[in-house]
Amino acid sequence: MESFFNTIKTVPLNHYIMLCSIIFSIGVIGVLIRRNAIVIFMSIELMLNSVNLLLTAFSVYKGDASGQVFVFFVMALAAAEVAVGLAIIVMIYRNTNSIDTNVLNRLKW
Amino acid sequence: MNTFYFIAFLSIFFAILVISAKNPVHSILYLVLTFFTFTIQYVLLNAQFLAIVNFIVYMGAILVLFLYTLMLINLNKDSEPVKSGMVKIAGVLGGGCLLVVLVGCLKQVGVADPVLLKDPNLGLVQNLGKVLFNQFLLPFEISSLLLLSAMVGAVLLATKEKKTA
Repeated sequence: MESFFNTIKTVPLNHYIMLCSIIFSIGVIGVLIRRNAIVIFMSIELMLNSVNLLLTAFSVYKGDASGQVFVFFVMALAAAEVAVGLAIIVMIYRNTNSIDTNVLNRLKW
Repeated sequence: MNTFYFIAFLSIFFAILVISAKNPVHSILYLVLTFFTFTIQYVLLNAQFLAIVNFIVYMGAILVLFLYTLMLINLNKDSEPVKSGMVKIAGVLGGGCLLVVLVGCLKQVGVADPVLLKDPNLGLVQNLGKVLFNQFLLPFEISSLLLLSAMVGAVLLATKEKKTA
């Protein structure tokens, strides 16, 4: 078990920041290029998760548990956000029979 | 080959598949795989509590919620909205610019020390619980209020309106 955790000891903090930047950018691209509201939501989850991983990496790097507690709060917030957001998407689907975000550009119908 | 780089490569690969898959159900399944690689990263960082919470809450609860919503919505192949090529290119360019800026900023700083686990008990439930219920007690209670209000809001929004008129 000890040797398993020792593999991480050769990874500099920069590579964690690099990985999380790439995942975050993929999430941004997903929000920009997709029109399906659910896929846009999933891209937002991707961004939230990349930030979670970076917070954890910094928390381990500094030896401070506050970062991991923050990740816990971010997860609680993401759960609340997903519940409300998916309810809104279901309601939009009932009204317009589509989850294309382009249908909503007039904000009323 | 270090485990970190292999898992990082898998994370990026599945994340790209999430946003490029045509079928939303495939997107969700790829997202499950992406989150699983994140769970492995948490285990590698010895953040055991977060690994379990990520596994149960994200992969177990949130993504199943996504799948249920997709089942309610009943998407067909022809109803799947597709953006025009120009918008896609512009979106990729915009996201790519963000990535270039972030990486460019990162190039300015020197290489940091390796991420070392100084305190092996850092990510364990006992240690995190002590911090959570001493230092962060008020935010914890407020987040419970947030979850309650989100639940009430979701139920209110998703129930069908009765025809009152």
